Amino acid sequence: MRRHLLSTADLSRDDAVLILDTAEEIARLSARPIKKLPTLRGRTVVNLFFEDSTRTRTSFEVAAKRLSADVINFSAKGSSVSKGESLKDTALTLEAMGADAVVVRHSASGAAYRLANAGWTSSHVVNAGDGTHEHPTQALLDAFTLRRHLGGFDGRRITVVGDVLHSRVARSNVHLLATLGARVTLVAPPTLLPVGIGNWPCEVSYDLDAVVPDSDAIMMLRVQRERMNGGFFPTQREYSRRYGLDAQRMARLPDKAIVMHPGPMVRGMEISAEVADSDRSVIVEQVANGVSVRMAVLYLLLSGSESAIGPDVAENLSAENTKRAEQKGAAA
Amino acid sequence: MSTTTYLIKNASILGGDAEDILVRDGVIAEVGSVAAAEGAVEIDATGLIALPGLVDLHTHLREPGREDAETVETGTRAAALGGFTAVHAMANTDPVADTAGVVEQVWRLGREAGFCDVFPVGAVTVGLGGERLAELGAMADSAARVRMFSDDGKCVSDANLMRRALEYVKAFDGVVAQHAQEPRLTEGAQMNEGELSGVLGLAGWPAVAEEAIIARDILLAAHTQSRLHVCHVSTAGSVELIRWAKAKGWPVTAEVTPHHLILTEDLVKGYDPIYKVNPPLRTAADVEALRAGLADGTIDAVATDHAPHPQEDKDCEWAAAAMGMLGLETALSIVQDTMVDSGLMTWEEVADRMSVRPARIGQVDDRHGRPIAAGEPANLVLVDPRARRTVDRTALASLSQNTPYQGMELPGAVVATFLRGTATVLDGKLA
Repeated sequence: MRRHLLSTADLSRDDAVLILDTAEEIARLSARPIKKLPTLRGRTVVNLFFEDSTRTRTSFEVAAKRLSADVINFSAKGSSVSKGESLKDTALTLEAMGADAVVVRHSASGAAYRLANAGWTSSHVVNAGDGTHEHPTQALLDAFTLRRHLGGFDGRRITVVGDVLHSRVARSNVHLLATLGARVTLVAPPTLLPVGIGNWPCEVSYDLDAVVPDSDAIMMLRVQRERMNGGFFPTQREYSRRYGLDAQRMARLPDKAIVMHPGPMVRGMEISAEVADSDRSVIVEQVANGVSVRMAVLYLLLSGSESAIGPDVAENLSAENTKRAEQKGAAA
Repeated sequence: MSTTTYLIKNASILGGDAEDILVRDGVIAEVGSVAAAEGAVEIDATGLIALPGLVDLHTHLREPGREDAETVETGTRAAALGGFTAVHAMANTDPVADTAGVVEQVWRLGREAGFCDVFPVGAVTVGLGGERLAELGAMADSAARVRMFSDDGKCVSDANLMRRALEYVKAFDGVVAQHAQEPRLTEGAQMNEGELSGVLGLAGWPAVAEEAIIARDILLAAHTQSRLHVCHVSTAGSVELIRWAKAKGWPVTAEVTPHHLILTEDLVKGYDPIYKVNPPLRTAADVEALRAGLADGTIDAVATDHAPHPQEDKDCEWAAAAMGMLGLETALSIVQDTMVDSGLMTWEEVADRMSVRPARIGQVDDRHGRPIAAGEPANLVLVDPRARRTVDRTALASLSQNTPYQGMELPGAVVATFLRGTATVLDGKLA
């Protein structure tokens, strides 16, 4: 593992698989009655959120706490962000307080990279979403969910639909899934695809109906309300009709195909309520898997030396868990 | 500074044969083989190249308003060290240089500092607002004698207003210098639009936003038969458009910055805002086209777009950072590196693009960009082309440190600069 998790573009296949395998092990342990592991006792994880995000922040908080880390939630949204200086000053403050890891969400693309590389802090940095750039832990939890349902990645056809232009989730997913061997197809109106997408490791289509029958999984991206005034598409109704997933379209998916959404959903826009609540939908599962994946990331970044990370991760975790259970028993 | 007599020995004039230059009473008294001169300070210029003092068409001196970034004094010190004897100070100060009062203030500050001539550029529109013409005539008639007008930093995007500006400045043989950036196509733009901007998730600044305005303005210049100057050309397509306009014989000139001759968008990958600039760094193909355009004369001038910013405006995340980079103290080295050492241009052509033509465009060619000959004003720079130096941002004369060349080894060094016979720089240091 590298020192930081900033993007999936620089994540090797081995590292990605290590994170997923570790998350799998953690998920197994989490099913036991005692969910908490002592692994990161005495370490401090700071959730530094410059943007609102109940879902991701809570997920990281739960993940860190289950690893027994001390968690500080630092919410710095608002006017200070536009001033620019606050990221550096906040980083210096956290450094002075001895943060071991900083989980950062910021509206500026590259903010996590900057935090990790500008010399402002020596903490491990985890990117929890930077502008329209990347959201690596979301892609990892998506990959985790996909692997559980599809059994693997080789040759699996994953369709990602929606506002790719402004989506950090799409960017992270394309890189990660391509690295893992899946075949990704992005579907969007041409106005919502970035320039130069022809060179991304994926296919591109403007026609959702043509792609749906060949999808093992379909991931719907949120279309933010402010895009509707940006002239990216004529009306919400036309967008829904051409790029939304409703029951009719879902019916044309292959039998075992699953429906995903990183949330928050705009029901009735990119996904109908019927689809979101259907048994093909794994949306709630994605949220649960998010905790395991984030625990894995924090564990791999923070728990001691590199040699401690590897095939024996599971053994370490199991041993710790058993020991802890014994201690608890002894105390009682 | 004093009115010393200087005898410059064995200088290679415009890169040609070694000759002596006698500088006395503000003018070049003699060129050729000068044995000795009464009371003259002798400068051994063996191996040095003599050029006419450089003229910058595009400098942000920040005064009045942002004296924390640069002042007329610090900016002109930097200019002198870079070999410049004249700079055109852009109008986007606070208050904006849109009245005779402000341009005269800047002009006077330049005279008081004395390191190089400061020619204020007047704003085209009131407050750079792009809505109504500033009092261009009053600025032209002022002591500052403004001839170049620009809303630089902002584009005069209203076609009718641009037409009127071009027409109006004909009354005093002015020129409108356009910052070519279609505003609607560049809302929130952060870097060159292309594959990389898509990957980095930064809003793109497409080449078409520059080229669409240039195409329109070229046609307006032809229609009005008035002079258009295009600021900081940054794309291959823009070079093509200007080449076409010149082939038509239309009154269009253009400049390129040193940084667009050497740096590419790949530098944005690290999200370090030191590389954030407007227009943005482009592709290697654009850099190549700009070099070719400068070499064949399609692009008339190298202009620095020297844009000082205090540290806090750069030591932050990309989106929050200010656009712009320093240029005065490194411009000649970058030109030597990209154009001379690469074999694309001679030193004589460097003099043409960095002194003669810019002086003509700025209408100061009665004093600057003159031949190095007897009777001419002694605005000169001596360059050591064999020197190499490593850029140290803390050692710059500019008040700001936002150079993109920190730690880079660059060829060439300015050894001496003379402004009307007075040394502003000697032995590479301010005199």
